[in-house]
Amino acid sequence: MSAYAWMWVAIVAAGLLSWATKLAGHAVPEAWLENPRVHRIAAFVTVALLSALVGVQTFASGRTLVVDARLAAIAVAAVLLWRRAPFIVVVAVAAAVAAGLRALGWG
Amino acid sequence: MTRRRLDATRQQALSVSLATGAYGLSFGALSVAAGLDVWQTCALSLLVFSGGSQFAFIGVIGAGGNPFSAVATSTFLGLRNGFYGVGLAPVLRPMHGWRRAAAAQVTIDESTAVALAQPAEDPDARRTGFWWTGAGVFVAWNAITLLGALLGSRIGDPRDWGLDAAAAAAFLALVWPRLAHRRAQAVAAASSVLALALTPVVPAGLPVLAAATVAIVAGWGHPRPEEVPE
Repeated sequence: MSAYAWMWVAIVAAGLLSWATKLAGHAVPEAWLENPRVHRIAAFVTVALLSALVGVQTFASGRTLVVDARLAAIAVAAVLLWRRAPFIVVVAVAAAVAAGLRALGWG
Repeated sequence: MTRRRLDATRQQALSVSLATGAYGLSFGALSVAAGLDVWQTCALSLLVFSGGSQFAFIGVIGAGGNPFSAVATSTFLGLRNGFYGVGLAPVLRPMHGWRRAAAAQVTIDESTAVALAQPAEDPDARRTGFWWTGAGVFVAWNAITLLGALLGSRIGDPRDWGLDAAAAAAFLALVWPRLAHRRAQAVAAASSVLALALTPVVPAGLPVLAAATVAIVAGWGHPRPEEVPE
């Protein structure tokens, strides 16, 4: 088979494995979900995953950590959230702060 | 369930879909630069449909790796989506056949985050958040991947538009209402620090997965019910 054909095989395999991984989570037995410990862990998992995503999305650049315009943007977002601003305002202002700082040549 | 709540949920779903979908532009352009053609690039977005896994796949190919190490890396980074399905199961069940197959395909960071950020006592809003974000990101991500693949290197950097900061702010806005109690705040701080500490030493995608261990520790003992976030 040509390299081109092998690439197609790899793409379809990656797709099937990705879907199977996602499906496996939806297929866990009902009894597991009724366990109070599983319930508590699931509630904390949401907080843990979202917080990890905030950290990585703010400081990671590939595999290095950097301080750039994103930190200023997330700080402004935190102030807006504290002032109970709507979701879309928080997201739009954060983008504008980062874009503005970069246009000025920082971060 | 109130109309107001659902409108807020759809607003979150749409803004997250657009901010995330915009990254399809860089994926499309980078994939073509790594040596895949436009069809292969679009097939990756349709079939794999998980940003981290797709960027890893073309990263391996672009660095001259063989297609099967690309598959292995992509699959490894997609493992967290399996855990998301567990968290979503109580929200989405009962669900069978095509509906389950479709739900699995759109089980990603963003659809899970928006779904679980809705109040636990409002399952309609949670389901709406999941399906609207899942479908919204799917449409935006695939359409914009095609655009990126066709435009190639002629497009600018999404960072210039602040879209990376927009994604960080969206995740912060989603976790914010869950941080009322000190135990949740401690989990948030510990998982963020753990993910950042691991970023330089393990492949992308794993730091976020590792943060789940903080949740296991926090939920294993017997926290008072009011300390458990909804």
